[in-house]
Amino acid sequence: MADENCIPINSEIDIVTARQKGREMAAKLGFSSTELTLIATAISEIARNIVEYAREGEISLSIGQQGDKRGIIVIGCDNGPGIPNIKLAMQDGYSTGKSLGLGLPGAKRLMDEFEIVSEVGKGTKVTMKKWVQNHAR
Amino acid sequence: MKSKKTNEQANQSKDKLRRELVDHFREKREPLRHQWVEQMIAKGLLAGLTREEIETESMTIYDTCIACLETGEYDDAQTYAIRMAERGVLQGMTSEQIIGGLLTLRDVYGRSLFERYQHDIEGLSSALDIYEPVANKILSIVALAFVAEREKVVRQQQEAIQELSTPVLQVRDQMLILPIIGVIDTHRARQLTEQLLRTIRTSRAKVVVMDITGVPGVDSKVANHLVQTVDASQLMGATVIVTGISPEIAQTLVTLGVDLTKMNTVGDLQGGIEEADHLLGYKVVRIESSNGFIRKEKV
Amino acid sequence: MFVPILKQGDYLIASVQSELSDADLLKLRDDLVSRVGEFRSRGVIVDVTILDVMDSFATRTLRSMAHMIMLRGAKTVIVGIQPEVAFSMVQLGLKLESVATALDLEEGMALLDRQTEGDTRRG
Repeated sequence: MADENCIPINSEIDIVTARQKGREMAAKLGFSSTELTLIATAISEIARNIVEYAREGEISLSIGQQGDKRGIIVIGCDNGPGIPNIKLAMQDGYSTGKSLGLGLPGAKRLMDEFEIVSEVGKGTKVTMKKWVQNHAR
Repeated sequence: MKSKKTNEQANQSKDKLRRELVDHFREKREPLRHQWVEQMIAKGLLAGLTREEIETESMTIYDTCIACLETGEYDDAQTYAIRMAERGVLQGMTSEQIIGGLLTLRDVYGRSLFERYQHDIEGLSSALDIYEPVANKILSIVALAFVAEREKVVRQQQEAIQELSTPVLQVRDQMLILPIIGVIDTHRARQLTEQLLRTIRTSRAKVVVMDITGVPGVDSKVANHLVQTVDASQLMGATVIVTGISPEIAQTLVTLGVDLTKMNTVGDLQGGIEEADHLLGYKVVRIESSNGFIRKEKV
Repeated sequence: MFVPILKQGDYLIASVQSELSDADLLKLRDDLVSRVGEFRSRGVIVDVTILDVMDSFATRTLRSMAHMIMLRGAKTVIVGIQPEVAFSMVQLGLKLESVATALDLEEGMALLDRQTEGDTRRG
């Protein structure tokens, strides 16, 4: 499908690919340059989370429609160890790795909608959405 | 079986009557249209339109309505209503003018039906059964198109006002002033920050004086936005001086425990500009003979 | 992607030319930290004008780099952070803390000149 894009995340180089693809797709949807940066940064954070904790997974990008809103939907999923305590993981400054612990809560702040589902031993799925701010209709 | 048959018959006679009505309105097009235009002029509903516009518009509207009656489809009416609303609102036509005009047309159509069926009450009643729903539907389409257009304009104006309400002004080389007046919400804080950052880039500013004298109050969210604005400016190499923090806001900030240690604050705008001058190496000197005119020098 | 490091008087200038992967960033950090000693530099400027994303890893790496360079006796200035990137960084909650920043290369040089003015190591 033309408006769907799947990027396998196997190493840190794929993080750059994922956020570039995301920026491209978002640009076509008509996001402002600031929003493009916010989206690319959020994608970077969740892709990094995959590399750091699950080693591999994928990011899929698609165009979403809800009522008269159009936007980008980013889904990051992996079959990694999962997150035992999501509430804790969503707190600023919490990290079990060597990062700043801003990845997930930070990405949530950058996007309009953010949902995380995780099961220990099975994997994690993060769904993020951002809608184009419609000016005239 | 019998009822089905009567149903079919009823439908057939309905279609026949519909045809009859359409033919009637087509035939009487010119007298009815003139009657309509005259009534609208008498009511003052056509103010601001040229003779030519009145002719073409009235023909289009008349024919579009008949088409709706004939086909039972309203797509054309919808498109036309949206276009009319866009233009009408732009040209400052009131909804009273447009809706009043259509109500007049409805009356003109109605009257002509009364005339035609004056000796046949049953025929009149069946004709009105067909005609009235169509007329009402057209009116509601137009009214809704107008409301939607108004809402669109209001939205655009709100955005324009918001943009105007956060001017970023350059006072000297490398110095910007950002006076914030009114309530700050997340959307406005964002817009304000984006605008400030862009201006820092284009005017190569090093110091920004952000005056919040005109901000009625802050909560933790707004306070965080202010801190973010300061931090983001810092990332671009500009120092922000915050001025005009009222006693209430000062109390709120302290109560909320917002980390202000890294914020550069000065009492009022004047003090803020003096501090900015100092940071940039400007010195303001009063010249004795010039009666209060001030000259600035870079030292 | 290789980041060229130029020596300009007492300063080292690293000008990022394209998007950087994590490995590129770490290599840049290591290169700069070692060259500061090699050239006895007093200041380092990292120009990130080209970057359209600075995520938590990039920020953390630049921050730790600045601290390492400080321990090696030189000052670091990050220049050219774009308005959108700055906005995104604060939204994410990222800070460069004590690391100096400037609008562009020119301002960065001026800032280093001022900061190292009293430095009489070279005489």
